[in-house]
Amino acid sequence: MIRSPIARTHLSTDVLVIGAGAAGLYAALAAARDGAAVLLVDRSLIGRGGATVMAQMTVAAAVGEPARDHWTHHLADTLTAGRGLCDPDLARVLCQQGVDCIREMDRWGVGWARDGDQLRQVQAPGHDRPRCVYVDFLNTGPAVSKTLRAQVQRQPAIRRIGDLCVTDLVVRDCVAAGAVAFSVADGRPVTIAAKAVVIATGGLTRMYRRNSASANMGGDGYALALRAGAELIDMEFVQFFPIGHLAPRLIGMDPIMWDPFRYKLGGRLLNGEMREFTESYGVAEDGSYVVTRDLATYAITKEVEAGRGSPAGGAYLSFQHVGADALRAAFGPVIDRLARNGIDLTKTPIEVAPIAHYHMGGIRVGPTLETAIANLFAAGEAVGGANGANRLSGNAITEAFAFGRLAGAQAAARVRGQAASAWHDDAARPALELVERVAPLSDTVNPAALVIELQAVMADQVGPFRTAAKLAAALARLDALRRALGAVPPGAPRTFDLARVDWFDLRNMLMVAEAVALAAAARTESRGAHQREDHPALKPEWRLNQVLRLESGRLALSTAPVRAEAAVS
Amino acid sequence: MSEIAELVIARAAPGEPARTERFAVPFEPGQSVLDGLRHIRAQHDPSLAVRFSCINANACKECMMLLDGKVIYACTARLEPRVMVLAPLPNKQLLRDLVTEIAPPDERLE
Repeated sequence: MIRSPIARTHLSTDVLVIGAGAAGLYAALAAARDGAAVLLVDRSLIGRGGATVMAQMTVAAAVGEPARDHWTHHLADTLTAGRGLCDPDLARVLCQQGVDCIREMDRWGVGWARDGDQLRQVQAPGHDRPRCVYVDFLNTGPAVSKTLRAQVQRQPAIRRIGDLCVTDLVVRDCVAAGAVAFSVADGRPVTIAAKAVVIATGGLTRMYRRNSASANMGGDGYALALRAGAELIDMEFVQFFPIGHLAPRLIGMDPIMWDPFRYKLGGRLLNGEMREFTESYGVAEDGSYVVTRDLATYAITKEVEAGRGSPAGGAYLSFQHVGADALRAAFGPVIDRLARNGIDLTKTPIEVAPIAHYHMGGIRVGPTLETAIANLFAAGEAVGGANGANRLSGNAITEAFAFGRLAGAQAAARVRGQAASAWHDDAARPALELVERVAPLSDTVNPAALVIELQAVMADQVGPFRTAAKLAAALARLDALRRALGAVPPGAPRTFDLARVDWFDLRNMLMVAEAVALAAAARTESRGAHQREDHPALKPEWRLNQVLRLESGRLALSTAPVRAEAAVS
Repeated sequence: MSEIAELVIARAAPGEPARTERFAVPFEPGQSVLDGLRHIRAQHDPSLAVRFSCINANACKECMMLLDGKVIYACTARLEPRVMVLAPLPNKQLLRDLVTEIAPPDERLE
């Protein structure tokens, strides 16, 4: 092997937090508050990559004002939405701790919308009462990122490094001991010794052609966990957001932007014949916003299949009955941004279609968010199990807060009094070789094109509606892509080499895509976000979680009973 | 015949000679400049460096560059069926092609 002449950089910390979205930022804060030295890294810029900054509206928590509410009601709704598969301990952390986090964020000046001295709350589908706070206008995610980032910057115990891509975790004697990474900015290989590690890398929706993800949501945290020896759970449950923007083409606006419009103004979902249609699938809307995400995705897809789709292949969403003044009052400057895109909602409907949005599955953890590997924790969307087979609207940012805070505190407690983690190259050997090696550039393989091919496989064959035949074809195509990618990254470490970044991303994405397809093929029923056209009914005997781990380099799938609620207080 | 956006891109990196490359991108109404750059990476040259995270939401604010000498976000500037000249931000340290060092100094690897 030819090794790069670029010298390696070594870093050392108590708690390494990977990912600087809401979960990672909150984890870093919690760990630092409890006395740990923290290294917070992100493959993009701190607080700018990931999903949090893109969130536009709702954050669910039983803050109880103005309507009376209690976290147990939120928990009941979360468990119902999860179709019997939620880990009740994790769901409880989300709903109970989420309340404190929302109030803490309020004290930190995030700017939740208010009515007088009370937090304003809107009702989202699947919730039994108004429970979702937000920041106007469509500004929840940026406000959350900015607020947490400001708190993190005040903590001298937190060192922040962006443009740093973690490629593998280092585990010694079944205990997490650090990570191997490379600097995206200059290509430099980096080793990190850590007493505990928190994976807060978000989900996997970049693996789909139409997605609401950022460029760094390729499931890399899941692959890091698998290679470290931890387990994944519920990987077959990918949530499709039913009304992602489809047409006309918009720029500078997130594709899930219509969700807030529906919260505030209702709106009407219409098929290509300009008729409301969700009633034929079991739920009438009557201008309100009540149909859950899995049912709406199903209804739109089936209308399109029946030839009743909109011209671009989705459904119409119309606010024509709402009126210009009400639209302006609800969305202020956003109406002008739409006008610049040539859209006047008082005159024409827009077209929407399902879009990959969130992943319910993820890293399998216990009630303290620790994985099967000691001192390795997960937080945020990277955690699997809290939301079961379908996630409620508004639970994603809440779980980022609640799980981030818990994982950070648990990691800090775990490392207190522990001696510094000693670095040994031996434990990191294969990973080090990947980030340091120099290999010929390929004339035939374009990693950016392979990413697009992977997205096509996942969208066409591992989308919301699945069959045994489609999933088998997907697994074969993933295998071919893996062979095309090869075993070593192309070229040599150097500044901002996106082809090399793509190679490391694909290495992870192909492993995670296989995990999704394997779990989807094994689950011969339809439940929540996993719909099998060849097994259309929910089967009570499938009230099981599926667990994946790596055994001798191959993915191994097994089932586990859904956890009963433990006595966690 | 379908219309073409011709992107003229400044290619450079520390220690490598600077050059300009021209790429023809099929033009579709409504696309962004970033769509054109992603098309080039997938179809012609995956080594073309461009910094972006959120792709289309104008949330990450990472894709700032010069278009015909003016600072733009590549995700909100419309692709047009004409010659479009792209260059990195002039007042920042160049990393590669259209990517500059824009991280705050205390958030970089030393």
